[in-house]
Amino acid sequence: MKNFQIIRALSSKSAVSSIAKENSAMFIAGGTNLVDLMKKNVVAPDKLIDINGVDLKKIEFLTGKVSIGALAKNSQVAEDKVIKEKYPLLALALAAGASQQIRHMASVGGNMLQRTRCSYFYNTDMPCNKRVPKSGCGAIGGSNRMHAIFGASDSCIAVHPSDMCIALAALEATVLVEGPKGKREIKFTDFHRLPGNTPEKDNTLLEKEIITSIEIPTNNFTKNIHYLKVRDRSSYAFALVSVAVGLDIQNNTIQDARLAMGGVAHKPWRLTEAEEFLKGKTVSEATFKKAADLAMKGARSYGDNDFKLTLGPNAITEALTIAASK
Amino acid sequence: MSKTSNINRVDGFAKVTGSATYSAEYKTPGITYACLVGSTIAKGTIKSIDTKKAEWAPGVLAVITHLNVDKPAGYEQPKKRENLGQPLQIFKDNTVRYYDQPIALVIADTFERMQYAASLIKAEYLKEEHSTELEKVKDKGKLPGGERAKDYNRGILDGYKNAEVVLEEEYTIPTEVHNPMELANIIAKWDGNKPILYTKSQGVEGTRKSVGNVFGIPAEDVEVHSEYLGGAFGMGLHTWPYEIAALIGSKKIGKPVKLVLHREQMFTNVGFRPYTIQKMGLGATKDGKLTGLTHEALAMTSNYEDFTEATVNMSRFMYDCANVSTKYRIAELDTCTPIWMRGPGEATGSFALESAIDELAHKLDLDPIEFRKRNHAEKDLEQNKPWSSKYLLECYEGGMERIGWKNRKNKPGSVREGEWLVGYGMGTGTFGSFRNPTTVKAKFLANGSLVLQCSVNDMGPGTATMMTAIGAEITGIPTENVIIEMGRSGLPKGPTQGGSATTSSVGSAVHDTCNLLVSKTLGLATENETFKNIPITDLSFANGAISSKKDTKKSVSLVSLLNNNKLEELSVENESKGSEEAKKYSIYSFSVHFVKVLVNPNLGKIRIAHVVSCADIGTVINQKTSAGQMYGGAVGGIGMGLMESLEIDHRFGRAINNNFADYHVPVNADIEKQEVFFVNKKDPISNPMGTKGLGETALVGMAPAIANAVFNATGKRVRDLPITLDKILEPSVAKA
Repeated sequence: MKNFQIIRALSSKSAVSSIAKENSAMFIAGGTNLVDLMKKNVVAPDKLIDINGVDLKKIEFLTGKVSIGALAKNSQVAEDKVIKEKYPLLALALAAGASQQIRHMASVGGNMLQRTRCSYFYNTDMPCNKRVPKSGCGAIGGSNRMHAIFGASDSCIAVHPSDMCIALAALEATVLVEGPKGKREIKFTDFHRLPGNTPEKDNTLLEKEIITSIEIPTNNFTKNIHYLKVRDRSSYAFALVSVAVGLDIQNNTIQDARLAMGGVAHKPWRLTEAEEFLKGKTVSEATFKKAADLAMKGARSYGDNDFKLTLGPNAITEALTIAASK
Repeated sequence: MSKTSNINRVDGFAKVTGSATYSAEYKTPGITYACLVGSTIAKGTIKSIDTKKAEWAPGVLAVITHLNVDKPAGYEQPKKRENLGQPLQIFKDNTVRYYDQPIALVIADTFERMQYAASLIKAEYLKEEHSTELEKVKDKGKLPGGERAKDYNRGILDGYKNAEVVLEEEYTIPTEVHNPMELANIIAKWDGNKPILYTKSQGVEGTRKSVGNVFGIPAEDVEVHSEYLGGAFGMGLHTWPYEIAALIGSKKIGKPVKLVLHREQMFTNVGFRPYTIQKMGLGATKDGKLTGLTHEALAMTSNYEDFTEATVNMSRFMYDCANVSTKYRIAELDTCTPIWMRGPGEATGSFALESAIDELAHKLDLDPIEFRKRNHAEKDLEQNKPWSSKYLLECYEGGMERIGWKNRKNKPGSVREGEWLVGYGMGTGTFGSFRNPTTVKAKFLANGSLVLQCSVNDMGPGTATMMTAIGAEITGIPTENVIIEMGRSGLPKGPTQGGSATTSSVGSAVHDTCNLLVSKTLGLATENETFKNIPITDLSFANGAISSKKDTKKSVSLVSLLNNNKLEELSVENESKGSEEAKKYSIYSFSVHFVKVLVNPNLGKIRIAHVVSCADIGTVINQKTSAGQMYGGAVGGIGMGLMESLEIDHRFGRAINNNFADYHVPVNADIEKQEVFFVNKKDPISNPMGTKGLGETALVGMAPAIANAVFNATGKRVRDLPITLDKILEPSVAKA
C-alpha cells in the first residue's frame, strides 16, 4: 500500500469541492471494500476524503416515499422498524449481505459502489479489463463459477455483488447525486451499467459526483415478498444467484409484480418481461415456471457457471412460490 | 481420572483475554518488519529483478534476492528429495518452481514502509511450460520411498474382480489448505552464530534440527520459542522458506526481523492437503461378505521434494477381507510441497473407501452399517496382530441411536421433511495411536506447587490442560497449583505435535515422571523424624502431604518437608517410551461420523441438520477439550465434504481463490445440531492412562459420511469433492 493523505469533509458540498481539486482522490465511508482494494493495490489513491462526518445518515419517511441518506449504515436500514414494515424486501436483502460486523460499517452509498468480487479483478498479476483496460479478461476461459449469465461482453463477465441493490432495483428506487455541476437524479436501474467495451466503469456516476441519498416510492410490496439468496454456504458468501420478489396479490390474482436477480449480471438484473407476464395471472406453479422461463431468455454461460442456467429459473420459481405463500 | 476429567482449559483465560503471547507478538527491542515478494509465473527463471526503487524507498533496511543473498552453509550439502528431505532453498538461484514462490525479502523500519517498498519490486522472467494439473500427469506417477508406501498385497492380486458383486469407481479430492486463523509468523534474531526463533511450529525439536541443517550448525545451538499457536492443522510440521528468509534477513542487517505471511501466501507457501485421485475396486458375495478390495491412489507432490501420506493404508486393515491390494503413487507438479493436514492420508483415503463401501452396500441392498458389521475386522489382518482394544461396534450403536438411524430408508429420496429431501449417512474413521519417546521434568516447589516442563507445543488441543490433569491426578496437587512450562527449546525434549500422539506420549511421560517424583518425595520423607522406622511402602502422598498409611495422624506437608530439608525444589527428569508388550498389538483409534442432511433438489442446497461423531479413543482425559477437538475436526470434515477446494487457473498455474472470501470453510449457520459421543473405555495396552489418539480421527470419515447422506437423500453419488450445489442440480436447460 502506498502512502496517502486523508482529510475529513463535513458537508457534501465541501466533499465535492475537495475532490474536484484532486486527480487521484476517492471518498471513503465505511471502507469495507475500499480498504481491501487498497491493500491489494487494485486502487491506489493519493488522497482519501473521509465523508463519515457529513450529515447523510438519516432515514426520512416522506409523503409517497422514503429517503435514505447515503451514509446510513446497512445494519441501521435493515433494522429500522418502519423500513421492515413498509419496505421489508429491502430489509431482507440487506440482512442477507456480508456479516453483521460489516453491515455495521458499510454505508448505503458504499454498498452501491462496491466493486465486483471477480478473482481476476482482485489479483493484480492477472489480466482484467475492469482493473486495467485492454489487459484481457481472465475469467473468460478461466475460473468463472461466480460469473454473469446476462448482459456480459467479450471484455468482462463480472457480476455486481450487492444484495441491497437487487431489492432497490425491484423497488424502483431513485439515486440522488451531487457533483461539481450540481445535483441530479438517476433511476436506480440506470445507475449500474453493463460492461460493454468499458468494463472499468461500473456505473453512470460522473467523475467527482457523490451519492447523497436514495429514495424509494411507497408501494404495496409489504406482504408477498421474498429475497432468496443461493450461495455456497449459509452466511458470509456472495450470491451465486439471488432473486428479489415483490408481489401484490389480491384474491389470488397478481395485481403487480417486481422481480430482479443478483449474481447474474454486471448490474442488478430486473426481469421486466417476467413481471409483465405475471400481472393479472392467478397464483400457480405453472405461472411461476413460465415466468422463470421468460426471465431466462438470452442467458448464456461460460463453463464453470453453466449450472446457473438451471439454478436461475429454479430460484425464481422458488422465490415466487415462497413470496406468494406468505 | 475422575476429579480432573472436566477441568477448564488452563490457558483459556490467557487466550480469550489476549494475554497469551503468540510468536509475532513478543516485544523485541529494535524489531524490523519484513515480507516476501512472490513470483508471478509458475515455472521458469528470473531474467532480471529490479530492486533499486525498493532499496531507495524510505525506511528500507535491506532487499534480499538470489543475487545478493549470503547463502546458508547447509545449502551446499547434498539432500535427498524423499520424505520432505529437500525443502525449497530460498534465494538459492534464479529458478522459479511454483507461482508465488518467494523471490525477494524486503526489510524496513516500519510495517507500512516495508509494504510499500515491496510493491516497487519488479521481476522479468523466462517462462517455461508449467504443469499444475494432476489429471494431466496421471501416467507420471512414481513409487515413493519408504516402507509404508510400498505396494501391498494380501491374497489374490485384485481379487475383487472375481466376486459375485463388483464395484469399480474413481474418487477425487481437490487441494485443501490448512489456513489456521493465526498466520504463519516469525520473529528471527541471532545471538552471535546462534539463531533465535519465535515461530509457529508444531515441533520445537524438529524446527531446531531443520534450521540447524540449513545453517550448518548443531540443533542444540538453535533456540526456538513456540508457546502458543492459533491453530496449525499440520502446516506447522515443516520448516518453511519464510522462516529461513527471516533468519537470513536478520543475520544480514544484525537486527531482529518480524515476518508475518499475508493470508494469500498461506494458500501458496506453507503446504496443503494434496489433490489426490483414487481408484477403488470392491467385490462381495451376494449376501454381503467382502471378498476383495483394491485401493490405488495418485497424489501430487512438488517438483523438488517428495511428500507422502498413508492414503491407501486404512484399506488394508479396516475390514475383514481376504484379498486386499493397495498402490500409492505420487506425481510432480509445479507447486509448493504439500504437508500433512488434519487426518493426513486417512482423511483422503476414507473418502474413497467409505464412499465405496456405501456404494457396494447399496448395490447389495444392505443397510451400510449392517454391511460393515458383516465385515467387521476382529483383528488387524495387515499386521496379523490383535487389536489392543476396539470399540467400533459401540460407536455404530451410539451413533445410530443419536442420529435416529431407524428413520433412514435404503432407497434414496424416499424420506421428506416438507420440501426437503432427507438423507442419512455415515463414514468410519481410524488413525494409528502412536507413542513417541518424551522427556518430562516434574518438580515440587517449596510453596507446594508442581511444575511440569517439556518442550512439546500446544497448538490448541489442550496439551497443557491434559498435562495439568494428569500431573494433578498422580500427585494430588490441586490443578490450580500446577504450572506448565512448554513450547520452547531448553526444556526436556518433547515430541512433535502431530499424528494424534501427544497425549499418549507426553501424558504418559507426565504420568511416569510424576510417579517417580512422588517416590522420590516419599524417599526423602523416610528420613524425616515423623516417619522414623516407617518403611517407604507404608507411606502415601495425597493432598499435598505425606502420611503414614497405618497411622494417618503421622503426616508432614510437602511444603514443610522441602523447608525442613532447605530445598527450593525437588525434581525428577525422566524419559518415557512405549513398552515392548505394546509392539505385540495393533493400536488404533476409531471414529464414526453420522450425518443427517436436508437437500433442496431445486436449488441443490445441502443443509447439515444433525451431526453425531462417535469415537473410541480409549480413556478420555478431559471431556471438554476432547469434545472441543471432536467438534472442530468434524467441522473441518464438513468443510472438506461441502466447500473446500483450492482452485487453480491452470493457464497461469496460479491459485485463484486465495482468500477467505472465496475459499469457503463452514460457518455456524451451516451446521444446525452437532453432538459428540465417546465410548471412553480404557485401552489396556497403549500406555499407562489407556488413551488412544483423537485429533486426526475427529476429521477422518466425515467427508464420506456427507457424500453418503447426500446420496441417500437424492440418489446422486458425488465422487469428486467438494459437494457443491451445482453437482446436485439436474440440468434442465441446455448450455448456450
